[in-house]
Amino acid sequence: MTNSSDTFAVNHLDLLEAHAIFILREVVAECERPVLLFSGGKDSAVLLHLAIKAFAPQQLPFPVMHVDTGHNFPEVLEYRDMMVAKYGLKLVVASVQEAIDKGRVADPGPLGMRNRLQTTALLDAINDHKFDAAFGGARRDEDKARAKERVLSFRDAFGQWDPRQQRPELWQLYQGKVNAGEHLRAFPLSDWTELDIWKYIQRENVPLPTIYFAHNRPVVHRDGMWLAVGEFVHPRHGEVVERHTVRFRTVGDASCTGAVRSGAETVEAIIAEIQVTNVSERGATRADDKFSETAMEDRKREGYF
Amino acid sequence: MTTVTSDLLRFATVGSVDDGKSTLIGRLLVDTRQLFDDQLDAVAEASAKRGVGDLDLSFITDGLRAEREQGITIDVAYRYAATPTRKFVIADCPGHVQYTRNMATGASTADVALVVLDATKGLKEQTRRHLCIAALLGVRHVIVAANKMDVCDWDQTVYQAVVDQVHSVVDRLGYRDATVIPVSALKGDNVVERSLYATWYEGPTVLEALEAAPAGSWATSSTGARLPVQWVLRQLGGGRTYAGMVNGATFNLGDEVTLLPQGVATTVRAIHGPSGDLPAAIPGLSIDLDVADDTDAGRGDLFATAPLPQVTKEFDATVCWFSDHALSSGTRLRLKHTTRSTPVMVKSLSGTMDVETLSVVESSQLALNEIGLVHLVTADPLVVDDYRDNRVTGSFVLIDERSNATVAAGMIGHADFL
Repeated sequence: MTNSSDTFAVNHLDLLEAHAIFILREVVAECERPVLLFSGGKDSAVLLHLAIKAFAPQQLPFPVMHVDTGHNFPEVLEYRDMMVAKYGLKLVVASVQEAIDKGRVADPGPLGMRNRLQTTALLDAINDHKFDAAFGGARRDEDKARAKERVLSFRDAFGQWDPRQQRPELWQLYQGKVNAGEHLRAFPLSDWTELDIWKYIQRENVPLPTIYFAHNRPVVHRDGMWLAVGEFVHPRHGEVVERHTVRFRTVGDASCTGAVRSGAETVEAIIAEIQVTNVSERGATRADDKFSETAMEDRKREGYF
Repeated sequence: MTTVTSDLLRFATVGSVDDGKSTLIGRLLVDTRQLFDDQLDAVAEASAKRGVGDLDLSFITDGLRAEREQGITIDVAYRYAATPTRKFVIADCPGHVQYTRNMATGASTADVALVVLDATKGLKEQTRRHLCIAALLGVRHVIVAANKMDVCDWDQTVYQAVVDQVHSVVDRLGYRDATVIPVSALKGDNVVERSLYATWYEGPTVLEALEAAPAGSWATSSTGARLPVQWVLRQLGGGRTYAGMVNGATFNLGDEVTLLPQGVATTVRAIHGPSGDLPAAIPGLSIDLDVADDTDAGRGDLFATAPLPQVTKEFDATVCWFSDHALSSGTRLRLKHTTRSTPVMVKSLSGTMDVETLSVVESSQLALNEIGLVHLVTADPLVVDDYRDNRVTGSFVLIDERSNATVAAGMIGHADFL
């Protein structure tokens, strides 16, 4: 029987979760060979968690892909391998080092930034494996170009995004048909904010790499950010190595991902901290977004995540 | 009637190009302190670089290079904001007629339309077009910002003329309410802060109107519960469950359900939610359903409680056409409805909507950005409700088979005003 005039209150995180699961199932049903982009960052951790839920009790019906810049935080690689073992995932590694060795991209040098080079490695892997859909953990609140992107974002045979020619995407009717050689990027977390992600991590106990939590490490101050001194970041002339208690708000290429000074050791403490911060997560932590006014759009047009 | 409420309001800006939609959203975000310091700094820097003042508020949502170069919005920007009262999902839509498809995208999930118009210029044709599309999409509440009131020195007769124009249109289109607010987005009058100039105005500010607007009206439905099957899950130890997102009304354990189009009756044995078993599943939740009898349900089929939807291969619909190639009687396309895709043919085009007079006129072709009434015939049966009763089982998109482009948004049945 239909209930007449029923009104239900519903939890915001439950609706975000349901919508993301709906998108995951829809893309898997409509596309031939999907893949989930798994960087080991918090957004891809949440995305993987949702994907496991969407297809339980079955195994994940697609592989995960790590686009490996070769400049990794060891804690993140450890985490990646732990999650692969835990869920019995099929892992594809798209290696930037391999792209450099094959001469597909120029070597920026041992300490050079490799963020932009990921695009070539990613598109080559999509081509080689004939993937027609790639799930990503990108969120619209991250950047002004991402704020413009559809949930299902069409890429042409060259992997390019054309922001002037996006498909209309009405209601929750996701239309994922592509011709051979083209592919989709699918963003189930489009409507999530950074705070939603952390509240969901808290509610669901989603495991994360340890570098998300406050720890003490040597850092140098460069371009307004704290960079972790290690294999891929050496102090430049005039820079002083200091020890600080820091955590990472995002996880990217180790040579260009900055840490924030923070004593937040738990998810609860991180939530309290981001509720009062004055700086956006990418503004605080990503040198790659600081090249130009439209750095993200320019990279996305070429095929970046 | 089933309504799912939350503390979240989804609204879309609509109206003509250059009337100030993006500036108003920028003002709203700045004055409610939604922006981070680095984001404000970046907007200030971009404004200085392009010589458009200290802080071009439209740059907050106009984030694409081409948008900033041309000073127009090309595609929808989604922004997320929260005040102490409620959360907002904002779809800042383009006004230019060329990007009507993107406006429809932004408005298709909105509870409320925030209409922005230049009070000194009145209600333009493009604003009427947007109001038509939003009404067809089922938006029932509008908040109208009569913008640029500073340009006419807050002349109350200018405001009153806008109120009269707006009501002549929204009453005809079946909107339930329309609050008209005299605003200067540029100066920040009556957006978040009350204007010191509009002394004759006693109504709400834009923010107050948004905080009072009904949230969740998008998912309001008057049909039974519906579960379009997305995917079949094999359970450990045998058996199958049917995954999908609930719409229409709530499924409860023990409910009698019918699998359509097969017409097989069974009952709900279990409801698996994302975090375990549930006694009931409300609209908007993703679940998988376990039913008592063996069925051969697959993707594209639908479980429903009474009153049941219609199973049909032929129906009347209203479509917004987004392709450069006109639609006419005999056009063949692909149709996606819920989780089912099927070949479709336009059997007849009974008329197009004249946006100026809001009446239907006879026509043999439906051109880019026009709204038309069509009769469609599908190859496979669809399980449908009227769009006015259920936005999920009442909506579809049309797809060009060669390019795979989405060329139309469709709504089953006709709005009362057509």
